[in-house]
Amino acid sequence: MTASDAHAAVEAVWRIESARLIAALARVVREVGLAEDLAQEALVAALEQWPESGVPDNPGAWLMATAKHRGIDRMRHATMAERKHEELGRELEIDRGEVQPDIDAAIDDHIGDDLLSLIFATCHPVLPTEARVALTLRMLGGLATKDIARAFLVPESTLAQRIVRAKKALAEADLPFEVPGPDELAERLSSVLEVIYLVFNEGYSATAGDDWMRPELVQDALRLGRILAELVPDEPEVHGLVALMEIQASRLRARTGPGGEPILLLDQERARWDWVLVGRGLKALDRADALGGEPGPYALQGAIAACHARARRPQDTDWPRIATLYTSLAGLTGSPIVELNRAVALAQAFGPETGLELVDELASEPSLEDYHLLPSVRGDLLAKLGRFGEARAELERAAALTRNSQERELLFERARTLAP
Amino acid sequence: MRFMVLVKASEDSEAGIMPTEEQLADMGKFNEEMVKAGVMLAGEGLHPTSKGARVKFSGSERTVTDGPFTETKELIAGFWLIQVKSREEAIEWIKRCPNPGPGESEIEIRQVFEAEDFGEELTPELREQEQRIRAQAEDNESS
Repeated sequence: MTASDAHAAVEAVWRIESARLIAALARVVREVGLAEDLAQEALVAALEQWPESGVPDNPGAWLMATAKHRGIDRMRHATMAERKHEELGRELEIDRGEVQPDIDAAIDDHIGDDLLSLIFATCHPVLPTEARVALTLRMLGGLATKDIARAFLVPESTLAQRIVRAKKALAEADLPFEVPGPDELAERLSSVLEVIYLVFNEGYSATAGDDWMRPELVQDALRLGRILAELVPDEPEVHGLVALMEIQASRLRARTGPGGEPILLLDQERARWDWVLVGRGLKALDRADALGGEPGPYALQGAIAACHARARRPQDTDWPRIATLYTSLAGLTGSPIVELNRAVALAQAFGPETGLELVDELASEPSLEDYHLLPSVRGDLLAKLGRFGEARAELERAAALTRNSQERELLFERARTLAP
Repeated sequence: MRFMVLVKASEDSEAGIMPTEEQLADMGKFNEEMVKAGVMLAGEGLHPTSKGARVKFSGSERTVTDGPFTETKELIAGFWLIQVKSREEAIEWIKRCPNPGPGESEIEIRQVFEAEDFGEELTPELREQEQRIRAQAEDNESS
C-alpha cells in the first residue's frame, strides 16, 4: 500500500467513523472538545501507522482503542478529574478483554443517543451561529478544518481559531452531554435544523465557477439531514427540512446554463432534474405528513417545493395550493418576503390583479422599502395588466435598487422592451 | 460523488434461490447502517435474468432476446446507489457489506457521471462572469 493510498483509506475510514468515535468518547469523558482532540490523535496515529501496517480489519474499533489510550496517557500527565480517569480505565479494560464484539454492541446500544447528544452540543445556542456550523461540519460531517475554511471562503487560521474558541466555550459552559428533555427539545432542534439548512444554502448559492468545496456543502448538509432524520424519526420538521433540501438539490443541474447563467425554476428543463432526489424528497414529505400535526416552516417550504416537483410541466403547477401554503408560512414567519412570494403564487393562480392587490399592501412595508424584488414583481404584474407606463417605472426603480450589475441590465432590458 | 454498486449474480441468484433468513438479516443491517449514515440513495435486488430480456441494436434494427442468460459472472443481481466523498469511502463501505452469496461473490463499484465531469475548464473570464451573476442567483428565491 503506497502512502497516498493509505492516506486516502484513512480519510475514508475517518469520514465513516469519526462522528461515532467522537460521540462515544464524549459520552465517556463528558466533554466534546476533549473527545474530539482524542479522536484527532487517533487519526494522526492511523496516518502514521496504517501506511506500514495496512488498514486494520475493524478500523473503527482500532481508532476507538487508540483514542482511549491517548485519553489515559493524557490523564496520567495532567491532573484531570479522577472520575473521568477511572471511567476511561474501566472502558479500556473491557477493551483489552477478548470480547471485541461486545464493545461494538455496547457502542451500538448508545450510539444513536451519543450522536444526537453530539449534534445538539455542536449546535448549542451558547455558540455563535458560525461556530455551530464549523463544529457541526467538523465533528459530524467529518470535514477537515482546511476544507471547511475553503468552503466558507475564510482563511484556515480564522476557522481553526473559531473551532478552538467554540470548543472552549462549550467546555466553559459545562453543559451536560445529553439529548435535551421535552421542554427544550423543540427550541434546540430548531437550532440544529437552522445550522444544517445554512450549510445547505451556502453550497446551493455557490456557482459552477466556485471552488468545488462550496457546492459540495449541499451534499454535506443533505447527509447531515438524512442522519438526523434517522436519529429523530418522529420529528416532522426534520423530514420537512430533508424534503426541502432533497427537492431543491434535485434542481442543481438544471438551474444554471452552459455559461453559468441562472435559469429560473419555470424555465428549467425538468428532464435535467435529479429524479432520484425528487423521489426521496417526496418520500420525506410523506413521512412528515404521516406524523400529523400542523406543519412547521420547513415542512411548508418542502411542500411548496414538492408542488413544483410534482408538476411534469410548468403549466401543471398547482398554484392555488402553493398560494395556500405560502399563506400558512406567512402566518408562521410573519415575513414580508414570504408575503411577496405569496403574491407571485396568487397572481399565477388567480390572475395578476389578485397578486397586485397584495403587492400594493406590501408597498408600505418598511422592511421592503429598498428590496428590489418588490418593484420587480410589481412591474411584471402591471405589465401583464397592460399598464406599461407604470410597469416601466417600477422596473427602472428595481434596476436602481439592485446591487447586482447583471440583474440591473436585465431589468433595464425588460423595461425597454415593454410595449409602448 | 455517487457510485453505482453492482452486486454480481451467482448460480443461486440466477436459479431464483432466495437468500437465507440470516443472509437477509445481515444485509438488512448493512442497509440500515448505510441509511443511518446518510449514504444510501437507493438500492434494489433484481429478479433472475430468466424474467428479463435483452434488446440488441444493430444499426436501425432491434432484436429482443428473452432471458435467462448464461454468463453468470457478468450478470447483475442487485445494486445500490450511494453518495460519498471519495472512491475510497465507497470501497470502505462495501468492505463492510456481508458476503452476498454463500461462497465466492463479487461486488463492483462504479462512479456515476456528474454534470461537472462534462464541464469544460472554465476560463478566468467565465469565472469572473459567474462571480458577477452569483448574487443574482442568491436573490432568486424560487430557483
